[in-house]
Amino acid sequence: MKLVYFDNSATTRPHREVVKEVSDCMENYFGNPSSAHRLGLGAEKKMKQAREKVARLIGALPQEIIFTSGGSEANNTAIKGVITPGCHIITSKIEHPSVLRVLQKLEKSGYEVTYLSVDSRGIIKLEELENSIKDNTKLVTIMYVNNEIGSIQPVDKIVEIVRKKNKRVKVHIDAVQAAGKIPIDIKKLDVDLMSLSAHKIHGPKGVGALYVRKGIKLEPLILGGGQEWEVRSGTENLPGISGFGVAAEIISSNLNEKIEHVKGIKKHFIERLKEIDNIVINSPYDDNHIGNILNVSFEGVRGEVLLHALEDYNIFVSTGSACSSKKVSEKNYVLPSIGLKECHVEGAIRFSFSYINTVDEVDYTIEALKKSLSFLRRLKK
Amino acid sequence: MDSKRIVYMDHAATTYVKPEVLEAMLPYFTEQFGNPSSVYTLGRKSRSAIEEAREKVAKAIGALPEEIYFTGGGSEADNWAIKGAAFANRAKGNHIITSKIEHHAILNTCEFLEKQGFEVTYVSVDENGVIDLEELKNSITDKTILISIMFANNEIGTIQPIEEIGRIAKERGIIFHTDAVQAIGNVEINVKDMNIDMLSLAAHKFYGPKGVGALYVRKGIRIENLIHGGGQERKRRGGTENLPGIVGLGKAIELATADIEGHNARIRALRDRLLNGILEKIPYTKLNGHPEKRLPGNINVSFKFIEGEGLLLLLDQSGIYGSTGSACSSGSLDPSHVLLAIGLPHEIAHGSLRLSLGDKNTEEDVDYVLDVLPKIVQRLRDMSPLYENFIKGGR
Ligand SMILES: Cc1ncc(COP(=O)(O)O)c(C=O)c1O
Ligand SMILES: Cc1ncc(COP(=O)(O)O)c(C=O)c1O
Repeated sequence: MKLVYFDNSATTRPHREVVKEVSDCMENYFGNPSSAHRLGLGAEKKMKQAREKVARLIGALPQEIIFTSGGSEANNTAIKGVITPGCHIITSKIEHPSVLRVLQKLEKSGYEVTYLSVDSRGIIKLEELENSIKDNTKLVTIMYVNNEIGSIQPVDKIVEIVRKKNKRVKVHIDAVQAAGKIPIDIKKLDVDLMSLSAHKIHGPKGVGALYVRKGIKLEPLILGGGQEWEVRSGTENLPGISGFGVAAEIISSNLNEKIEHVKGIKKHFIERLKEIDNIVINSPYDDNHIGNILNVSFEGVRGEVLLHALEDYNIFVSTGSACSSKKVSEKNYVLPSIGLKECHVEGAIRFSFSYINTVDEVDYTIEALKKSLSFLRRLKK
Repeated sequence: MDSKRIVYMDHAATTYVKPEVLEAMLPYFTEQFGNPSSVYTLGRKSRSAIEEAREKVAKAIGALPEEIYFTGGGSEADNWAIKGAAFANRAKGNHIITSKIEHHAILNTCEFLEKQGFEVTYVSVDENGVIDLEELKNSITDKTILISIMFANNEIGTIQPIEEIGRIAKERGIIFHTDAVQAIGNVEINVKDMNIDMLSLAAHKFYGPKGVGALYVRKGIRIENLIHGGGQERKRRGGTENLPGIVGLGKAIELATADIEGHNARIRALRDRLLNGILEKIPYTKLNGHPEKRLPGNINVSFKFIEGEGLLLLLDQSGIYGSTGSACSSGSLDPSHVLLAIGLPHEIAHGSLRLSLGDKNTEEDVDYVLDVLPKIVQRLRDMSPLYENFIKGGR
C-alpha cells in the first residue's frame, strides 16, 4: 500500500482540480478584486463564481456567504459578532476549541455561558436545551457533527425549540465537519449562521466561510477596507476562495453517492473489527453518527503508540482532533463527556474517511492493526 | 479601442506571485498536505515547513522566530495588534495614538475601540505626509498604552521616521506598533534597532500569496488573542495553518529582502523617469507625498481639473492599470482621507492617480505611459468645464 490516509477530519488532500484552480488564479487572476481596473474586475468575477458554488453547497444565497481565513475565524466571527454585553450564550461541552475558547474568554468578561452535556451517543439533550433558554439568551452555538466521534446533532429540532422559546435568539452551527458529508439545506434548517472550512472537503487550507442569513447584522471581527460587505475586511484570498469554490462544486455533485460510499467503508471496517478483541466502538454505524468518522478504543494500548505503529505501515490516523493532539492534558474532553472510562480514552483512535478512500485500504489497515496490537499488547503484559 | 499592451502599475494594491514562490508552495497543496498539528511524519513535515518560514520572516525583520505569528493577512495582523494590545493593557490606560493617514484596518479598529471607552489621538501629518513628531510627543499622557504609526503609506508612499517614533515610545514605556504592509521589501527594517514592539505585514504586497500575513510581537509584550481556537501559533491564533500560504510568505519575504538596495535602485530609476516625465509633460500637476522619503515604486499625482475615476477608465482601455487611492476604498466616492490629511482641497484630491511600480515593469512600460497618459489627461481636460473656465479666465 502506498499511503493510507485515514485522517480526513484533520485535513484532506486538495483535489487536483483545486490545485489547478489555485495555481491558475495566482498566475492569471492576481488582481485585487477591489481594484477598478480590468485585472481587478477579472478577479471580482472569479470571487462571484466561487461564492455561488459555496452557497450552493448549503443552499444559501451567494450574498449570504462571507469568506474567512478558515473555520476558526468563522466561528470567532459568528459568536463575537452577534452577542451583546453581558448576554447569555448556550453551547455544548463537546464543541471545537475555536468555539469553546471564545466562550471561556467571554465568561471572564461578564458573559454567561451554559455548556450543555451530551448523552452516551454524544448528542445534546433537547430538554436541557429548552430549559436553558432565557430572556437574555442571545446565541445558541452548536456543532453539526463532532470532529472526534462524529455524532450528529439534531439541528432541525434545536432550531425548532429555540424559535419556540425565544425568537430573538440566533442559532449558529459549526458545520465544518458536516458540509459535504451531510446534505444541507440551510433554508429548511432555518439557522442564522453557519461555519464552513475548505480544507476539510479537499479544498485549500487557510480559507473558510461564514453563512450569515440575509438581514442579520454582525459586528466585524476584522475591520478595515470593508470587503465582504463590511463583515470581513482584508484583501480577498482569491486563489484560496476560488479553490474552495471548486472543492465545494466537486463534493456537491453526487453527494449522496459519496456519502453511501463512505458509509460502506465504515460498515466494512466495523465488520472486520470483529476480528479484533477488546475494543469499544465510540461512533457506531447508525443514524446518529456520521459515516466518515470511526472512533475506536483499543484496550491495553495507548492511542498514540498505536498511531505510530500504524505509521510504520504508512497508515495515517489520529488520536483526537489534530489541533489539540499535542497536549495530552487538553485533548480528551469529548470522549469523557460521552462517559468513556479513562483506559478507553487513552486507547482511542480516530479513523476518518473521505470518498476517495477504498475498502481495500480498510482490509490493509485491519491486518496492520492485528499485527501491531498483538505486538503492543504483549509488550504491555 | 482595447489595447494589447498591458502595463500593471498597481503593485501597492497587490502584486503578482513570483514563479519561485508558487513553485515553493505547490508541494504543500499536493503530497505534503498534512495538518501541521498531526503527530505523524506527514504532519511533522508540514510543521517544519512552517517553522522554516517563520525563521525566514524573523530574519527579514531582525526578530526572533518565536516572535512571529502567522495571520490571514495584513488587516487581521493590524486588528489583532491594536485590539490585542488595547484590551490586554486596559488596566494601565486607555489612550492610543495613531495618525490621520493610517490604513482603514487601523483607523476603523481605533474607531471601534473609541466606542469601547478608549481614547484615540489621530496625529496630523505635514503637506508631505510626514507625521508631526512634536504633536505626537505632546499627545502622550500617563494613560497612553499604544502608539501605532504606519511605516510607509499605501497611497502617497511617504516613509515615516520610524526610528524616532520607536525611541520616543521606548523612553515613555509605550508599546509601539507599525503597519509595515507597504514597507517590506522596500525599506531595510530591523525591529530591534528601531524599537518596534509589533509589526504587521502581508505577503501579497511583496510577490507572495494573498490571504496570509504575519504579526511580529516582541517577546514580553502582552496582547489578547483575536482568533481563539486550537493550540496553533503557540496558542495565540486558532485555525488550521494556511500551510502553502505560509510557505509562500516565507519564500517571498526571503526573495524580497535579499537585495533591497538593488531592487530599490532599479525601481526608483524607472519611477523617477516616469514621474519627471509626467511632471514635465502635463501642466497643472502636483506630486503628492514626500519628494525623497517615499517608497521607491510609488507615484501619486493630482491633475487639476479632472476626475480620477474617468482617468482610470481611459487608462484601463489603454491597458494601463493604476489606482485612484487604496484598492479597498476604490468603491467609495469620498476623496481619500490621506490626500485630505496632507491638505489637498476636495476637487484636487479627486483628480489623483496612483501608479505603483514593481519588479516586472520596464523602460518600455514607462515610455508607453508617458506617451498615453498626457493625451488622456488632455482629452479629459478638454471636456472639463472647470478647465474651460480656467483657460478663458486667462491666467
Ligand atoms: C498599509 C496597509 N495596511 C494594511 C493593509 C491590509 O492588508 P490586507 O489587504 O492583506 O489585509 C494594506 C493593503 O491593503 C495596506 O496597504
Ligand atoms: C468542528 C470543527 N470546527 C472548527 C474547526 C476549525 O477549522 P479551521 O481549522 O479551518 O480553522 C475544525 C477543524 O479544525 C473542526 O473540526
